[in-house]
Amino acid sequence: MPKFVKRALLLLVAIAMLPVSLYGCTGDTEPTPPVVGVSDSGSDPTAARSGELPEGNSVTVGIAQDLSNLDPQLAATAGIREVLFNIFEGLVKASPDGSVVPAVASDYELSQDGTTYTFTLREGVTFHDGEPVTAEDVIYSLERCAGSENDGTPLVSAFSNVSKIEATDDSHVVVTLAEPSLEFLYSMTAAIIPAGSGPSIATQLVGTGPFKFVSYAPQDELVMEKYDGYWGAAEGKGAKLDEVTFKIVADVNAMVIGLKGDALDMVIHLPNTLEGEVKDSFTVHQDTMKLVQALYLNNAVAPFDDELVRQAMYYAIDVDEIIDFACGGAGVATGTSMYPAREKYFLPELAHAYPQDVEKAKELLAQAGYPDGFGMKITVPSNYAQHVDTAQVIIEQLKAVGIAAELDLVEWESWVSDVYRGRDYEATVCGIAADDMTAREMLVRYMSDNRKNFIAFSDEEYDQVMAQALACIDDEEQTALYKRAQEILNERAASLWIQDACELVVMDPALEGFTFYSTYVLDMSTIGYR
Amino acid sequence: MRRKNWYLIVGAVLTASMLAFTAVGFFWTPYEPSAMSAADKYAKPCAAHLFGCDQLGRDILSRTLEGAGATLAIALAVLAVGALAGLAVGALCGYHGGAADALVMRLCDAVAAFPSVLLALVVLAVTGPGKYNVIAALGVLFVPSFARLVRGEFLKYRDRDFVRSAKLIGVSDLRIIFVHILPNIWPVLLSGLTIGFNNAVLAEASMSYLGIGVSATEPSLGYLLKDAQGYLFTAPWYTAFPAAAIVLLILGVSLLGEGVRERMGVGT
Repeated sequence: MPKFVKRALLLLVAIAMLPVSLYGCTGDTEPTPPVVGVSDSGSDPTAARSGELPEGNSVTVGIAQDLSNLDPQLAATAGIREVLFNIFEGLVKASPDGSVVPAVASDYELSQDGTTYTFTLREGVTFHDGEPVTAEDVIYSLERCAGSENDGTPLVSAFSNVSKIEATDDSHVVVTLAEPSLEFLYSMTAAIIPAGSGPSIATQLVGTGPFKFVSYAPQDELVMEKYDGYWGAAEGKGAKLDEVTFKIVADVNAMVIGLKGDALDMVIHLPNTLEGEVKDSFTVHQDTMKLVQALYLNNAVAPFDDELVRQAMYYAIDVDEIIDFACGGAGVATGTSMYPAREKYFLPELAHAYPQDVEKAKELLAQAGYPDGFGMKITVPSNYAQHVDTAQVIIEQLKAVGIAAELDLVEWESWVSDVYRGRDYEATVCGIAADDMTAREMLVRYMSDNRKNFIAFSDEEYDQVMAQALACIDDEEQTALYKRAQEILNERAASLWIQDACELVVMDPALEGFTFYSTYVLDMSTIGYR
Repeated sequence: MRRKNWYLIVGAVLTASMLAFTAVGFFWTPYEPSAMSAADKYAKPCAAHLFGCDQLGRDILSRTLEGAGATLAIALAVLAVGALAGLAVGALCGYHGGAADALVMRLCDAVAAFPSVLLALVVLAVTGPGKYNVIAALGVLFVPSFARLVRGEFLKYRDRDFVRSAKLIGVSDLRIIFVHILPNIWPVLLSGLTIGFNNAVLAEASMSYLGIGVSATEPSLGYLLKDAQGYLFTAPWYTAFPAAAIVLLILGVSLLGEGVRERMGVGT
């Protein structure tokens, strides 16, 4: 039947074209130059800046998460705050050792009773649009933090304690607190913005920092350039680079490829397990991340609403093994919502309060009514390889007590909206960081009515202890209360606190001047070419 | 004398060995595929771990065995969904013709006009990742190609004398479709199936590679590749073995299909 064969052959040829079309689209992810691999949208090959290095004095930094809301006073995630640190400043700003140093204010004074802060504004500070910073701007900014532009809910939670903000003259601003607080000073890192700019600040980004905002393309990049009028420039605190581009690269492997392909000059928060891939040709800085990584459990959802279940899970896992697998042993066990860099508050004895004990775990599970374990789902943002690895190790360890956990990888954006904000999850692995060196930032969020309490932890004793601690003006007493609060988190196993993870900052060998901060901050102003 | 059909021989051997490899994985793996061992992180291929170990000290041979099983299972399921639905649509359209035929075929054109992985991406972005979602998404995308193939064949046969005679003596349409015509198009369908299988393997691998395929707790070959790419220089064997498994699987089935085709060609 020649006709049949002819027809069949024709059809075969037609079908043979199918793989061609398929190869056509799958192929895009593999052989194309690394430039496309690093750009999240994959649409803008001109984004590669390798060619500009020598003459441009610019740097492209790979960051893992998109910057969803650039309002400096609202910045929800640590990843946004560390970028905005370069553009905005408060009356004071964080310094590498975790204390605060004067910024827009040149000096400050705290009254004896701990309720009145007087700030002297620095002379010659200008916004990026060239306008000088006035007392009016400062008052506007602080009032906005206290909730003047929304329903009165403070944008910065510590501002709920503010009773009055006023200018005594052109260069002095007095903030009066309802309750005395020693820690309020750390909240004064809140960004100072031009008066009336609130509604547009998230898109215009006019601040006083060493870098000036240039542009932001969602899911792609944020560009900032050196601000020549920076007040600190005269003291040598100005930016050394002319331009910095934060490139959003949602995949660590793409980051490594981007580094090797010269599309990125610097990458932050790279898991230290990838050290072998980069150590030969780049400068590698290693440090802990200044955050608390944990298997965060939604305390509002069964079976995690049962303290026994949470404790059983804590006994089921082996924290040191997790650190070994996910961080090559370089992370530091925490045991509660505090990391070791905050020496004053850190309680090392909590780190191993739940040594791995499978029998005990099973016993507790049986008591809680789950003698055969249960099934659960761990939702993890896929752009953080370290959290993904950690979750995989935990899943293995939980198997031993009959808990069958499933791993659900989600995009960063949906993690923020569903897990962190929506609290629609069972368990998640992530890291929680804080802006400043007070214990407050790491602990206040677990008070039952705090809006950042995404694990929905609710404990009367904890709320009481925290309320006392917040109101306390005696440093020693306050520290003791904060320590007690940490113990409660550990005793109740509010979540399975694991470690302050380890990370790498990888840079082009021609760059120098990188400084680790003891808070979650990335200071680009000190970095420059040799 | 007939010359040796090397395509068929090599294809059959390769396919058979890959199938055997996968079959072994269903029943036995040297280690628990998800079991981690701190001492064996980045272990090079050696006697204890033939394919070496990954960043969490998991045995790559075990994971490749399991991954090949997952990939194969998904590919076959996709093929089954695509081929069965395509067969039904194609047969009905080809046999009956008319406005419905035109409409359905234009619909198929519309689906085929999108790059299939892109479409699957959209579907999975809505439904979320997971084995069954991947099967459903890819399965639907595979319908048009089969439908068109089958429809073409049915168009060819529907006016043949043996079909007309069958109609005259009152044989039902369904019986004509399945009993009288279908056996005739079997060889063409078989070739379509081998190519479809390869496409399914590749599509699953690329989707998992892009991170929208199977879940991490049940890795497929594509997922292993995704996981491995971060350690290309530290542990190149992690990438090499799963990749080799994909290549051999596809090469084998492609050659087999080619061999079958050549055999048909030589035979007439």
